Amino acid sequence: MQISVREIINGMEGKQALLQILLAVQDASPENYVSEDAVNDIAYMLNVSRSRVYSTASFYSVISLKPRGRHIVQVCINAPCENAGKQEILAVLEDQLGVKLGETTADRQFTLEGVSCLGACYVSPAIKIDDRLYGDLTPELVVSILREYQEEATALDCNAS
Amino acid sequence: MTAMLHKNDAVFRLSLFQEFPTLMHYRGFGGYEALAKAVESNPTSIIETLAAAGLRGRGGAAFPTGLKMQMVRNNAERERYIICNADEGEPGTFKDRFIMTHIPFQLLEGMTLAAYAVGAAKGYIYIRHEYPEAQQTMHRSIAAAKAAGLLGDNILGQGFSFDVEIFSGAGSYLCGEETALLSSMEGKKGRPRLKPPYPTQNGLWGKPTLINNVETLANIPMIIGRGAEWYRTLGTLDSPGTKLISLSGDVEQRGLYEVPFGTTFNQIIEEYGGGMKNGRRVKAVNIGGASGVVVPPWELDCALEYHSCGERDITIGSGAVFVMDESRSILANVHNRVEFFLHESCGKCTPCREGLRQAGRIIHNLLSGKAVMADVDNLERYTRAMQNAAFCGLGQAAGNSLISSLRYFRSEYEAACFDYGNQYQREGITA
Ligand SMILES: Cc1cc2nc3c(=O)[nH]c(=O)nc-3n(C[C@H](O)[C@H](O)[C@H](O)COP(=O)(O)O)c2cc1C
Ligand code: SF4
Ligand code: FES
Repeated sequence: MQISVREIINGMEGKQALLQILLAVQDASPENYVSEDAVNDIAYMLNVSRSRVYSTASFYSVISLKPRGRHIVQVCINAPCENAGKQEILAVLEDQLGVKLGETTADRQFTLEGVSCLGACYVSPAIKIDDRLYGDLTPELVVSILREYQEEATALDCNAS
Repeated sequence: MTAMLHKNDAVFRLSLFQEFPTLMHYRGFGGYEALAKAVESNPTSIIETLAAAGLRGRGGAAFPTGLKMQMVRNNAERERYIICNADEGEPGTFKDRFIMTHIPFQLLEGMTLAAYAVGAAKGYIYIRHEYPEAQQTMHRSIAAAKAAGLLGDNILGQGFSFDVEIFSGAGSYLCGEETALLSSMEGKKGRPRLKPPYPTQNGLWGKPTLINNVETLANIPMIIGRGAEWYRTLGTLDSPGTKLISLSGDVEQRGLYEVPFGTTFNQIIEEYGGGMKNGRRVKAVNIGGASGVVVPPWELDCALEYHSCGERDITIGSGAVFVMDESRSILANVHNRVEFFLHESCGKCTPCREGLRQAGRIIHNLLSGKAVMADVDNLERYTRAMQNAAFCGLGQAAGNSLISSLRYFRSEYEAACFDYGNQYQREGITA
């Protein structure tokens, strides 16, 4: 069972700023997003309007108001990575996952996104999967990195059934 | 994970530290001695020393740090804040990330010294969401500093209290702009506000606030510890000290380098970067990130120095140096930047929103062979209008790569126009 918005807000230290709450709620969601129910709860708990919560949430590209995959795969789109072969890396990711940039796989395991410079231009092309950074990528390397995540997903499925 | 040369690392001493260092390690190299010395003396002496050292902001605008601190300190309001800007959104820049993961305590000591100087009891570090490892290291380091009495209540038993909290960004480049950052922290959309009033007067929750870049703050412990005179032995008269350079692109050794001001860009590429990869030649260098300029090889004899760069319209900015060899297309690279700004613009003002849309359309047409020569002139006109009339620094700087590349590489734009040949025939120039 998912922890409630109330628990998240009460568990946060310091000033309970809206953006930090949105991020914490999203992080706690297995589908990596802020649901309509969560928006309602946040608005109620902070005593602000729902439209205020939506307006802040929709401004920031990290906050998703739509369900996403369990893993977020992010490809850096800026010039140093572009010149180092980002196009090729993106093509392999799209091919391996069977989705385009911005889409989620049918099994809801992966969402493929573009991201601004990961501060890893000294090892570009770079990508990030959840909180992990991968640099100096080649198409072969991308395939083997993805395989680890895919195998882990299959193992989880087997355990569940 | 990276190739790093450690010449001249006088201020950041990155050669001494691994990723995720301990407080004990930092203290072993004299860490927190500056703070211990400072809290026994007058806060204004910190400001005086930083002013004498000539420290300027490393976040892009190069504003004198001592003066900014003085403005906060002079405010009659006693509730004051300090914010460390760790949004590091400028593509091609990774210095602030390295400071946070390798010398987090130097940053914390710098913040604490700054807080003591301006009389702030509360500080925030606004760290971009793309840097989870930096957020974790800073969290851990704050806890360690608190446990050692170097942060929190009654620091070093001298009656001064200062607490630091981390605030995470959420993927907006614009939030690195200081007033947008404030809006973001107050729970609103990260849109810029009108300046003046400046944050030093009217900052977080309307209170006087000192906002400084990570690198600026991390300079402070060494300056206070060793003195302004020592600092001025580094760099030049105009630009004392060193600058962290994030070197990327077609060089042998990409990486982070601490470079004394006065070093030329040629030296940065040859001596720090180990020269060009695959024996190719430099075609262009992008200095200062996406909002910086694109310059040809013959400008690289310029010294990394605020005055010298200013004279040649070179923006040092965040210190990103991105090298492109002769196989690279200027148009494709400028296109990448325009797309980036289109995505990051908040759309609040027309010059930026429309200027970028038009620029994007023209460059797209150029790349697909649908543009005419007149489009290149229009591109320049739209870009200048955007630079002059945009509300905030994003729109003002978004045109830098366009204008500089039009100045140095105009032939590449023109050659992409489908009436290029006709133009030459009209002017009577035939091969
Ligand atoms: C669009 C835009 C983005 C910016 N991003 C950053 C940033 O990521 N980090 C930063 O320190 N300063 C950034 N700045 C500059 C800040 O507004 C501010 O000048 C700086 O944080 C002040 O610190 P300093 O005096 O130590 O340089 C940005 C400015 C603009 C206009
Ligand atoms: S210049 Fe661009 S980013 Fe800045 S306020 Fe105007 S639209 Fe927004
Ligand atoms: S441009 Fe891709 S990590 Fe910096």
